[in-house]
Amino acid sequence: MKFAVIVFPGSNCDVDMYHAIKDELGEEVEYVWHDADHLDEFDGILLPGGFSYGDYLRSGAIARFSNVMKAIQQAAEAGKPILGVCNGFQILLEAGLLPGAMRRNHSLKFMCRPVELRVENHETMFTSMYEKDEMITIPIAHGEGNYYCDEETLKQLIDNRQIVFRYHGENPNGSLADIAGIINEKGNVLGMMPHPERAVDELLGSADGLKLFQSIVKYWREAHVVTS
Amino acid sequence: MSLLLEPSPTMIKEEKLYREMGLTDEEFAMVERILGRLPNYTETGIFSVMWSEHCSYKNSKLVLKKFPTEGDHVLQGPGEGAGIVDIGDGLAVAFKIESHNHPSAIEPYQGAATGVGGIIRDVFSMGARPIALLNSLRFGELTSPRVKYLFEHVVAGIAGYGNCVGIPTVGGEVQFDRAYDGNPLVNAMCVGLIRHEDIQRGVASGVGNTVMYVGAKTGRDGIHGATFASEELTEESEAKRPAVQVGDPFMEKLLLEACLEVVQSDALVGIQDMGAAGLTSSSAEMASKAGFGIEMNLDLVPQRETGMTPYEMMLSESQERMLLVVKKGREQEIYDLFAKYGLEATAIGKVTDDKMLRLYFHGEVVAEVPVDALAKDAPVYHKPSKEPDYYQEFQQIDYLPTVENYEETLLSLLAQPTIASKEWVYDQYDYMVRTNTVVAPGSDAAVVRIRGTKKALAMTTDCNSRYIYLDPETGGKIAVAEAARNIVCSGAKPLAITDCLNFGNPEKPEIFWQIEKAVDGMSEACRLLNAPVISGNVSLYNETNGEAVYPTPVVGMVGLVDELSHITTQAFKQSGDFIYVIGKAKQEFGGSELQKLLEGRIFGKAPSIDLHVEAERQQALLAAIRAGLVASAHDVSEGGLSVALAECLMNADGLGAKVKISGDAVAELFSETQSRFIVSVKKEHQAAFEQFIEATLLGEVTSDGMLHIEAESGKTVVQLSVTQMRSVWKGAIPCLLKSKD
Repeated sequence: MKFAVIVFPGSNCDVDMYHAIKDELGEEVEYVWHDADHLDEFDGILLPGGFSYGDYLRSGAIARFSNVMKAIQQAAEAGKPILGVCNGFQILLEAGLLPGAMRRNHSLKFMCRPVELRVENHETMFTSMYEKDEMITIPIAHGEGNYYCDEETLKQLIDNRQIVFRYHGENPNGSLADIAGIINEKGNVLGMMPHPERAVDELLGSADGLKLFQSIVKYWREAHVVTS
Repeated sequence: MSLLLEPSPTMIKEEKLYREMGLTDEEFAMVERILGRLPNYTETGIFSVMWSEHCSYKNSKLVLKKFPTEGDHVLQGPGEGAGIVDIGDGLAVAFKIESHNHPSAIEPYQGAATGVGGIIRDVFSMGARPIALLNSLRFGELTSPRVKYLFEHVVAGIAGYGNCVGIPTVGGEVQFDRAYDGNPLVNAMCVGLIRHEDIQRGVASGVGNTVMYVGAKTGRDGIHGATFASEELTEESEAKRPAVQVGDPFMEKLLLEACLEVVQSDALVGIQDMGAAGLTSSSAEMASKAGFGIEMNLDLVPQRETGMTPYEMMLSESQERMLLVVKKGREQEIYDLFAKYGLEATAIGKVTDDKMLRLYFHGEVVAEVPVDALAKDAPVYHKPSKEPDYYQEFQQIDYLPTVENYEETLLSLLAQPTIASKEWVYDQYDYMVRTNTVVAPGSDAAVVRIRGTKKALAMTTDCNSRYIYLDPETGGKIAVAEAARNIVCSGAKPLAITDCLNFGNPEKPEIFWQIEKAVDGMSEACRLLNAPVISGNVSLYNETNGEAVYPTPVVGMVGLVDELSHITTQAFKQSGDFIYVIGKAKQEFGGSELQKLLEGRIFGKAPSIDLHVEAERQQALLAAIRAGLVASAHDVSEGGLSVALAECLMNADGLGAKVKISGDAVAELFSETQSRFIVSVKKEHQAAFEQFIEATLLGEVTSDGMLHIEAESGKTVVQLSVTQMRSVWKGAIPCLLKSKD
């Protein structure tokens, strides 16, 4: 399976994502600059964390106008797995690929720490390797991770099982319904504030994020066998 | 001020306008002699900023020469953007620490942020990829609203910049003392990784080669920042807010990536950050180092504002700018490379052979100055030095505290902001980005692995300025030794140090004495512990209304972990492990946390240190760690053994410790005697460990979550739950920040 790590000016978790895929997952991966026209050769798209365009405006608000976003839109329509982490999640929200919006953390401070998450839906292409309700430890590092949406959207998210991860114990940023990660209705676009790519090696504290990437590969392999 | 309104050379001389820019009468006379004429306004500005302490080190240069700066593994010593040491495998580590004290005292967020930005540029201008940031901060007591404001905004500024650029802030230290009430210290350190063949230097050589400007446009911010940094803070300092620059970390990130790509090109001759004194210092230094001259057309300098004069352009300290020298004819490659990142490189001048800095503006020469006079031949002073009266007084005092309730004392010490958990601080720093941080903030040193190798780098910043105030020479030794202790406890061998000498006004003989003595002590420790000084920065004039801060020569040290398996942390690991202490306590309470707690001030003698004993113990401990015999290691520092034991339990889930001490309980538990370590060892390694090092078995790690300390008499002096200690220790800083007093 071949992954693209999209690099916007100001992305800074691109290297982490790249190495998680290459060194720990053992799959093919390439950096793709924000001006790319198409992503046809890639099977999975990863939008890394960072501060695209400095995030001086709302996080992700400028990156969503990048040229590559058209190709990402097409990939989403084509059903390819798309994962946005942290700033990547914010960009997916701004681009309308996922519902809702981000507010500043309720502490009004950036926060960086490992947090405990519950896998709320282990039946997605991103989470099939996890157990039902599995508790995992994955770090967060953000200043705007306070997820918000209107009541109707929240109801939809709940009814469609689109909430994939919730914070367990203390909610670090004040997000609505303890939401840490959500998926689109179709089930192929996941956005999450915690960084699974930072949790792929026990040496650095946790390898709980690895199963997320392994789930994507498993899904792709199975789909690939069926279609080919 | 428009060009027409600038004072004439005669007016500058007669009305002594140069004094406002920081030049003395003698220095102005020197300028006149060097030029053979009176300098114009721009030239006066150029000289004054280049001859400021911040740029020229004129008051500290002779003292700094005492530092040992050489070693087999040193690839680049002081004098460039950063020092570089070899770490094998064709790799090297580049690092430097720098102060941003004055700007942070006036505008804490931007002051701290741009301090981080500057040190990052120093490291990547060497061609190194920045891999970690550290800092060393000093504030007044967290009781006044002003100090709280400074503390919160400095931390936010460091976080705002470092997090955005995407370099993890992995460690540092924060201390609080009344001495820093009006003059906080904000020192930022950056560590970079580089392949030997990529090492760049800031040189402008090759007649006809093109001088290029890259990065943010030049504005009127930070004009005379270096001069501002070289004077005392006074009531009027607030009016110098315009001398504080504003940072743009996004621009820095683009510049960083683009410059690291440029250093791979053989079209590049030299590269340097436009730091203090901006365009002036970068151009003059690059030319002087290479033995060439530079001429620039200021009309071509990218400007953020209209109507800027040569004076303003040359003295601006706008951030995120780099000066490059590029081979003639290869300019287009560089333009293209920067264009990819949305940056514009601009040719603004060329290298000449006449060793002059020549500036054109609107077709005329507006400044013409010998580059060497600005850089390497700047004046050097040896200031008079005098032992302050307090020193002898303190030497006569033998302070012996009385402690009645050991538990309460320990809890109070854990709540002292200098000892308390700094989680409130590092929670705001992205310490994990780049996913190499093996040991996060909160242990003795941070450890960052080197991807693709089995190696890692340990790094720390240290300085107990109270000891240095009491006795600068001893305190200077301790600062280096303590940094090395932290490195060794992490499983690394010290490589080298960078230093940031924060002192008061060197024109006061008592202050100069502190500088000299501290440097003597540090130099001796560097020699004995095999850690040469490879880079550094001097920040003098740290005074508010005539009161100097404690002498604070911050030591930034980097060490090498040979094998990832050697990485050791301070937390106890497993119930049943033996707890040892290396070194015996003496009655040493001068400058201790206990003294501060009980007396509200510090006085007396600093703890003594024998550097030979220190070196032996460090070597033996490192050997034991490398032999796989050590489960955890922690140095005994502020607060003494009791605090160190508590710290070993803070991140040890559910564990406790049961120990029995011998000798005087107050000294054993609270004295800050140097060269001591707490080590835990698996039972089966007892015999082997004791072969390596002389240590006293204190007790063992338990599973009951309690710290139990028994005195020699058999009496229990401390019986505290780790949960309670942790809550006091973690809650102290947030609690002080919330309180309204």
